[in-house]
Amino acid sequence: MTRIGIVAELGHETRVAATPTTVRQLLGLGYEVVVEKGAGESSSFRDDDYASAGALIVGADEAWGSDVVLRINPPTEDEIGRLAEGATLIGTLSPGLRPELVEALAARPITALALDAVPRISRAQSMDVLSSMANIAGYRAVIEAAHEFGRFFTGQVTAAGKVPPAKVLVAGAGVAGLAAIGAASSLGAIVRATDPRPEVADQVKSIGGTYLKVEVEEEMKSSDGYAKATSEAYNRRAAEIYTEQAREVDIIITTALIPGRPAPKLLTAEDVALMKSGSVIVDMAAGQGGNVEGSVAGERVVTDNGVVILGYTDLPARLPAQASQLYGTNLLNLLKLLTPEKDGMLSIDFDDVVQRSVTVVRDGEKTWPPPRVQVSAAPAAQTVAATSQGGKVEKKAGISAAGKAALIAAGIAVLFGINTVAPAPLPQHFTVLMLSVVVGFYVIGKVHHALHTPLMSVTNAISGIIVVGALLQVTSENPVMQVLAAVAVLLASINIFGGFAVTRRMLAMFSRGNKARA
Amino acid sequence: MSDTVAGPLTAESIAGAAYIVAALLFILSLAGLSKHEKAKAGVIYGIAGMIIALAATIWLTLQDAWGTTHALTGLGLLVAAVLVGGAIGLWRARVVEMTGMPELIALLHSFVGLAAVLVGWNGHLEAPALTGALNDIHHAEVFIGVFIGAVTFTGSIVAFLKLSARMKSSPLMLPGKNAINLCALAAFVALTVWYVNDSQLWLLVVVTVLALGLGWHLVASIGGGDMPVVVSMLNSYSGWAAAAAGFLLNNDLLIITGALVGSSGAYLSYIMCKAMNRSFVSVIAGGFGIAAPTTADADHGEHREITAEATAEMLTNASTVVITPGYGMAVAQAQYPVAELAHQLRERGVDVRFGIHPVAGRLPGHMNVLLAEAKVPYDIVLEMDEINDDLDGTSVVLVIGANDTVNPAAAEDPGSPIAGMPVLRVWEADNVVVFKRSMAAGYAGVQNPLFFRDNSQMLFGDAKQRVEDILKAF
Repeated sequence: MTRIGIVAELGHETRVAATPTTVRQLLGLGYEVVVEKGAGESSSFRDDDYASAGALIVGADEAWGSDVVLRINPPTEDEIGRLAEGATLIGTLSPGLRPELVEALAARPITALALDAVPRISRAQSMDVLSSMANIAGYRAVIEAAHEFGRFFTGQVTAAGKVPPAKVLVAGAGVAGLAAIGAASSLGAIVRATDPRPEVADQVKSIGGTYLKVEVEEEMKSSDGYAKATSEAYNRRAAEIYTEQAREVDIIITTALIPGRPAPKLLTAEDVALMKSGSVIVDMAAGQGGNVEGSVAGERVVTDNGVVILGYTDLPARLPAQASQLYGTNLLNLLKLLTPEKDGMLSIDFDDVVQRSVTVVRDGEKTWPPPRVQVSAAPAAQTVAATSQGGKVEKKAGISAAGKAALIAAGIAVLFGINTVAPAPLPQHFTVLMLSVVVGFYVIGKVHHALHTPLMSVTNAISGIIVVGALLQVTSENPVMQVLAAVAVLLASINIFGGFAVTRRMLAMFSRGNKARA
Repeated sequence: MSDTVAGPLTAESIAGAAYIVAALLFILSLAGLSKHEKAKAGVIYGIAGMIIALAATIWLTLQDAWGTTHALTGLGLLVAAVLVGGAIGLWRARVVEMTGMPELIALLHSFVGLAAVLVGWNGHLEAPALTGALNDIHHAEVFIGVFIGAVTFTGSIVAFLKLSARMKSSPLMLPGKNAINLCALAAFVALTVWYVNDSQLWLLVVVTVLALGLGWHLVASIGGGDMPVVVSMLNSYSGWAAAAAGFLLNNDLLIITGALVGSSGAYLSYIMCKAMNRSFVSVIAGGFGIAAPTTADADHGEHREITAEATAEMLTNASTVVITPGYGMAVAQAQYPVAELAHQLRERGVDVRFGIHPVAGRLPGHMNVLLAEAKVPYDIVLEMDEINDDLDGTSVVLVIGANDTVNPAAAEDPGSPIAGMPVLRVWEADNVVVFKRSMAAGYAGVQNPLFFRDNSQMLFGDAKQRVEDILKAF
């Protein structure tokens, strides 16, 4: 049986790669689970909790010697050495940023899967650890800012005077940015957001923010779900916006990251100098070089003009229990994918784009980088298609409108012609016919769509009225006529009885919600 | 005995008055069907109208011919015919499966068509004592009545055969099919003129055969996917056949009723055609999906599969679910498990609604009837226009046995044969699960890019079986 080892993290890391809840589910996949002693301590999961979930509590060496090792942070050189031959390591490895780590992993006969390398496709969303951690980080960034900020977020009118609401600018409306916008606006702040992708405007709006559009000619099209580097003209205009906003807002949260590259500089030292004293900046990209000039990774910095710049890189770890649970679930979902038979046998299928993408090293062989995955579902051609289609429809309508008018005119002329020459009963018949047609159109035009089938069967029954014609003939002196008329009566009777009966049957089935389950 | 009634109160005048009442009741009946609340009353009106009309007619007939032997024979035949016909009708109405509704209605149309043909033939045999223009008109009416009736008859038979899968549903492609139809119409006009001048029985036989052939060809060249339009078109024809009989017999009730039915069928056809963004003529001319699809070979990428268990999990976590059924649900008889699914989800607090495309199924409103049969409350069953704007933001859309009605190509690919057809924009939802038996194209023969979207997943297999699996997984 394959054994999964949950190992403790190093240093300040408070999270753990599995919680008692996910351990139980891992067991359900057919695995055996061991947990390093004290691994969950700092996220408030005690060894007893793991043991009662069904895991074995073991020492560090035994945990590292498991067939599958689950981790949050990348392993150190030493730790890589502790992995057993043929073992699989799963964790966040940032393979794009740390080629030396990939080399180190490939030097051992092991398999390494980077949970942070899942492609951004809907199916893989349940394993997307970057999203789940970013979500937590975005929330925590607001909480940290609120902690530093010496004022209310929400505006109030009190007996002691009016308190203005805090103004928050969130740079980058990705997962973290959106979480920050949501958290800040629910605290009552006025929230603005910038992002190079104009399509996020609706998302920003939906959670209570105002989207600040950078008005330049070109548009950013994201084909892999992440923001890309921006153009020169765009950057110039964006910089102006940041300068304008810096003067005005109280809190700035920057989340701009470009995968595999250092974070873009959004706020210059001059911008920061423009901010009011007591303002707070949270640079969530501090770990990747920072969006803000003067931010230091992992540190709290206070500028000369009294602006606090937080460069914390452990924001998710500041909500350890929640973060561990979400991370653990991401891991679990990946293992579900890797264990299709639920038999505790880990298998990697390279035909599956998710499995291919996360695999950094396979049996000691480097498989990074994986082939690119296109995930965007909004081709630019769509707008073109829509407009050309609109044109076509218009043209068609135009022709048929003219044709319609001509047809109506012709119909009226024919009717007029016939009625001027027709002898006695015919014009009356036409009158009746025309009026009935018009009445029919108006009556039926209002019919509810759902009742079309009953309508059809009832009109069907009514059209059995042809029986009247047959009835008038059934007493004829001509026996042939009698037989024919009798057959017609029979046929029409089927219609009348069948049509009404089936309509009643159908209508009896239609019922309103509150009565339906009575 | 008709001469015993004195004064202005004659059998004719009473019958005439009864006919007006009956006609009014028929109008009320159709009006009643416009709303769920009034629909049942509408049927009662219809039945009442029919009883009044029949009673008045029978009385009138007997008044005219009472005491003669042929009247007694006629009465005997009449009673026998009504009893047999009524019994057959009630029996069929009782046993018909709701999924088999389109077939039944198509078959019923054919009866009206055949009855109209027989009445028309009798009109010829009757040869009333008319002179001059009136005689000519009578002849023309016989001819027109027989023609419409016969077209309705064979057309309905073919529709019935196609709907019940006794005949291949793909359109019949005779070379120059439009020319054939036009020639048949021209021949009909020529024969009418001939018959009016010289009313020979063989001419009537020829026109009957001609019309039977035309009806057959007309519907045979229309594909199964267009059957909602065809059925309502035949509904319309059966009405016109009755109206033509009314002209022939000088009977206003027949004209009124025929016109009501005729215009109702025409209006429904119009709605159906609008729902498919096509002109009525193009449907009648037949052959959907023959235009070479320009993007058929485009690389759509890979589709993804999902299991029933995963679908169940997705559904329980969803806040809003929209189910869009199609003909596949009817074929698989999946309406009961689907209704159960909706019920269970609603009990869990999930907002479940149904989105019905106007041409889903093989009959206008077919899906509504099926869902009603399975006791889905009608106020959560919405039309395409009502639900389309809500689909963006819906957590999960279940596409059950629908294909062309949820095809994004209709909205996005101007080269597609179904371009411009209004469709349910299910792809705007967060997740789409498509229940399907295989990756085969729909009736329109068009590949559906929906299956390859990032937010869609396929759940292969029999729809009923799969929905039951989901219910088990809850």
